[in-house]
Amino acid sequence: MSVTVLEGKNIVRDYHVGGGLFRPARTVHAVKGVSFTVRKGKTLAIVGESGCGKSTLARIITLIDPATSGELFIDGNKVDIAKDGLSKEMRRKVQIVFQNPYGSLNPRQKIGDVLGEPLLINTDKPAEERRDLAMKMLKKVGLGPEHYNRYPHMFSGGQRQRIAIARALMLNPSLLVLDEPVSALDLSVQAQVLNLLADLQDEFQLTYVFISHDLSVVRYIADDVMVMYFGEAVEYGSRAEVFADPKHNYTRTLFAATPRADVASIKARLARKKAA
Amino acid sequence: MPLLEIKNLTVSFDTAAGPFMAVQGIDLSIEPREVLAIVGESGSGKSVAMLAVMGLLPNTATVKADRMAFGGVDLLGLSPSERRKIVGKDISMIFQEPIASLNPCFTVGFQIEEVLRFHMGMDRAQRRARAIELMKLVGIADPEERLSSFPHQMSGGQCQRVMIAIAIACNPKLLIADEPTTALDVTIQKQILDLLVSLQAKYGMGLIMITHNMGVVAETADRVIVQYKGRKMEEADVLSLFESPKSNYTRALLSALPENAVGDRLPTISDMLFEPAPSAAGAVS
Repeated sequence: MSVTVLEGKNIVRDYHVGGGLFRPARTVHAVKGVSFTVRKGKTLAIVGESGCGKSTLARIITLIDPATSGELFIDGNKVDIAKDGLSKEMRRKVQIVFQNPYGSLNPRQKIGDVLGEPLLINTDKPAEERRDLAMKMLKKVGLGPEHYNRYPHMFSGGQRQRIAIARALMLNPSLLVLDEPVSALDLSVQAQVLNLLADLQDEFQLTYVFISHDLSVVRYIADDVMVMYFGEAVEYGSRAEVFADPKHNYTRTLFAATPRADVASIKARLARKKAA
Repeated sequence: MPLLEIKNLTVSFDTAAGPFMAVQGIDLSIEPREVLAIVGESGSGKSVAMLAVMGLLPNTATVKADRMAFGGVDLLGLSPSERRKIVGKDISMIFQEPIASLNPCFTVGFQIEEVLRFHMGMDRAQRRARAIELMKLVGIADPEERLSSFPHQMSGGQCQRVMIAIAIACNPKLLIADEPTTALDVTIQKQILDLLVSLQAKYGMGLIMITHNMGVVAETADRVIVQYKGRKMEEADVLSLFESPKSNYTRALLSALPENAVGDRLPTISDMLFEPAPSAAGAVS
């Protein structure tokens, strides 16, 4: 059961920022040689702060942007969209769920059409079959057939994120990239969406790349953890390794900065305050 | 005497579908030098209640309270211009989106000095000296140079520091922070929380932290109010809230934290959710 679904070798991505009259052109190194592998049914979490290159990496894995250099393998096949373009087969295999469910759904499209569109574009299934599949998927993500004809504004944030997940799953992808899927949600809704992701992973043996800045969520959902800092992977290992014994200074800073909500640390803080 | 005392505050908004009750009978009081956290999810009315105190709600809102007093002065009886003299001076507020709450057309120096001119009547040299002092206080390097920066030239964390500088410019007695770190990275969040708490202790301000993040509550508060759908569910000091939460809702909120996960699924709030409009009576001790 250890088929490698995703492998990246030394992925680099540079952006060229054009200069103006008074400013020379320069190159931003957004991702500087990152390597990783994810096995089937597992979750790789990528952690880091804004500007560390985690979303750039997500775009590369999702085959939206090509890497400047480095090799990307999906299901064992080398993919280079800069040279060979993108086949329908590949488009089907990798799907993404974005952070903001208010921005990622078209407000003029009914939910049924949102879910049917990936099939319409990528397959030649007839309308009736598309409809059936969409209905089934709605049920899978905890919504009902009565939601089929509704518009996105009629749903709450958590329900919209379920719809975005459903859309991503319509083509039976082998890899799902989740770019901060719960950071726009309330705590209680966040718990529901995380549970849904765990259920779906168990049911379909899905592979996740989970991008987040929230360490408590990562600790809960990840099998492997990669910490990125200024475009480099400063820490990469299993969840237990990274959380028990962080090697890099930045990881330690990150852990120390995460607020703790346990009784012992509250007691310690109150004692410190009293002493001061 | 409490710094701020609110009794039975209700806020309703006129909507096309009739009045919507955002806050339904909240009691709240905060003592000088106290850190009070108000926790709740979106729609719990936590921001609206504090905006009502500041008088910043739009015309569609109706604010009613049996008592809303700041330092013994009844806020509801004041004329708008009298209220303006208190708001921004003795009570000040910082908001969630630091970049959006600063005016992009003016330098940060201008925006800090504006408060000093309006409330303190300082002359130009005094204002500049105080602005530099404030920038140092909130931990911005090269304050003299940074005064002439525009908000877009600063990072989110720095903009939040400028907002804090504006808020504490007139030595307020009460500072209200509405989700001050939600838009920021964790390491920056830590710095801003430490800054707020140290300023609070240094100047003996009352501090109200509005947040949805239980971690932020645990790291800053003395006392906590938990709100849900415009009602107060629980009020307790921070240790007893985390040690032995009394209301079902608080318990649900705490168990939904990923770090408290038992097994491989999280308990969700709907698992333990009570009737849609829970009465506050059973929940508040």
